[in-house]
Amino acid sequence: MSAFAIRLPRRLSGSTRVLPGFGLSMGISVLFISLVLLLPMTGLFGQLAGLSLGEYWAIVSDPRVVASYTTTLGAAAVAALVNAAFGLLLAWVLVRYDFPGKRLVDALMDLPFALPTAVAGITLATLYAKSGWAGNVLEPLGIKVAYTWVGIALAMAFTSIPFVVRTVQPVLEDMPAEVDEAAMSLGASDGVGFRRVILPHLWPALVTGTGLAFVRSLGEFGAVIFIAGNTPYETEITSLMIFVKLQEYDYAGASAIASVLLFVSLALLFAINVWQGRFVRRLHGGKG
Amino acid sequence: MAFPRTTSALKRSLLAVAVAASASGAANAADRELLNASYDIARELFAEINPQFETWWENEHGESVEVSQSHNGSSAQARSIMQGLGADVVTFNQVTDVQVLADAGLVADDWQEAFDNNASPYYSTTAFLVRKGNPKNIESWDDLAGDDVEIVFPNPKTSGNGRYTYLAAWGAADKRFDGDEDKIRDYMKTFLGNVEVFDTGGRGATTSFIERDIGDVLISFESEVNNIRGEYGSDDYEVVVPPVSILAEFPVAVVDENAEKNDSADLAQAYLDYLYREDTQRLLAGFNYRVHDDTVVEEFADQFPDTELLEVEDVFGGWDQAMEKHFESGGLIDQLQRR
Repeated sequence: MSAFAIRLPRRLSGSTRVLPGFGLSMGISVLFISLVLLLPMTGLFGQLAGLSLGEYWAIVSDPRVVASYTTTLGAAAVAALVNAAFGLLLAWVLVRYDFPGKRLVDALMDLPFALPTAVAGITLATLYAKSGWAGNVLEPLGIKVAYTWVGIALAMAFTSIPFVVRTVQPVLEDMPAEVDEAAMSLGASDGVGFRRVILPHLWPALVTGTGLAFVRSLGEFGAVIFIAGNTPYETEITSLMIFVKLQEYDYAGASAIASVLLFVSLALLFAINVWQGRFVRRLHGGKG
Repeated sequence: MAFPRTTSALKRSLLAVAVAASASGAANAADRELLNASYDIARELFAEINPQFETWWENEHGESVEVSQSHNGSSAQARSIMQGLGADVVTFNQVTDVQVLADAGLVADDWQEAFDNNASPYYSTTAFLVRKGNPKNIESWDDLAGDDVEIVFPNPKTSGNGRYTYLAAWGAADKRFDGDEDKIRDYMKTFLGNVEVFDTGGRGATTSFIERDIGDVLISFESEVNNIRGEYGSDDYEVVVPPVSILAEFPVAVVDENAEKNDSADLAQAYLDYLYREDTQRLLAGFNYRVHDDTVVEEFADQFPDTELLEVEDVFGGWDQAMEKHFESGGLIDQLQRR
């Protein structure tokens, strides 16, 4: 993207653009971005405009809301890290091995996207409540999943696992098996080969996928709400706080809390982008 | 060469769209239409009332009517109407949600005087559903603050149903402790602390209690707990109506602005009046709602135990004050739930 942008001015003067119809496609893109992304964002900030800074602060720093940040951020972080580990493993298995039913497993990876999240939430709650199959086994062992913080993380992990798998998978596919064979032939052990040859290559994709999974989990409502238990100050997620504000016809308050989630998400995505740019430049010896 | 063919294909598909549109038009061929925006769990109720009203209106006025329903949480419905949902009438389970519409100028300010009984054709109260044999011996609100009692009811922050439960518990404690607010607060803390799961709505709480086997007692509208018991088996659950509880009104109103726009003011008025007729009241009682019609009240006397019903107006000085003191951000409930 940046390389393209740098080269653009020189080419703008003539009609020698590589892509035909640049004006039209750019125009449509801008229109689309405006309608689908910018307009709702403007709406959000429009709602905020009715609040003074003091009121805004009072809403977003309310103890109950602050407790919900802790719950949401913590659970989302755990979910993202678990997904990073297992998503990488899943992508690895799907790319590097052939086994019967592989295509089925591959298709299953998209299930969390396809399934309405509320259905996922209800299913998970049914499964992990003390009357459910899984809860039946776990609760006697003293492990409570449904209606605790663990359940929230579980639901988040469920809805966001495709982000990791689907970002890592294509990069792995582009990386020929010869690379690790070469590493091994040069005397690297499995561990060293993975750590010093494969992982650096996958790193940007893995971090992006994990970041997306994290950000997705922050805003998740449908899947989490049914398994969270929603005990005040303990298992209430931030999306519920937004929902509560809407129930009270407090649109400005809802927007204020939503804006906090939005800022966290944007900051994180921005940080990942910056880091990635640096990483790629370093990989290419600073010529990037 | 390709061009004419495309046009004819286009024409064909346009024709298909037109046919489909006229077909759906034919399905709605009623002379007049009415949209009733209602609360979530009223689906089955109005599915029975509406056809009866349609027949009645046709017999009386010689024109066919189609009543359509829209269901959602009643706060969400009020929001939709403010944002343009063209409902002619609302049948809600929250006085505050109609009031919001009145404040927005969509419903007349004196809407509570427009129909009998505070514009509430039927009412209910808050009651308990306990497991078979009532093993924890739960008979009154006081019993809910026991050490080993686990409670399920919807979140008062998100559900009107939950709000009634909270207010009923407070009101009963207020009576028991003769207004000693420290004691009431202590009781409420224990009571709220005993809640296992706070679902966002009434149906969610039902699922937690029935399907997930959570809690010793489910608190919901009397109508709802009776319906649940009917549906899930009278052998497994028992309904307990506490000796003191709260009056839960189910307010109705004509959304004047929409009714005028749709030219349906007379129809809307007649529809809501129809809810007060003896037959309809009998039907409502069949759905376990308490009604006002004397004949029907007598017929169903066994079904509705005598209970002292506290009124929000008397105990809390009205909904506005109750909302402000208890439910708003930083309000009492936020403090009481703090651990």
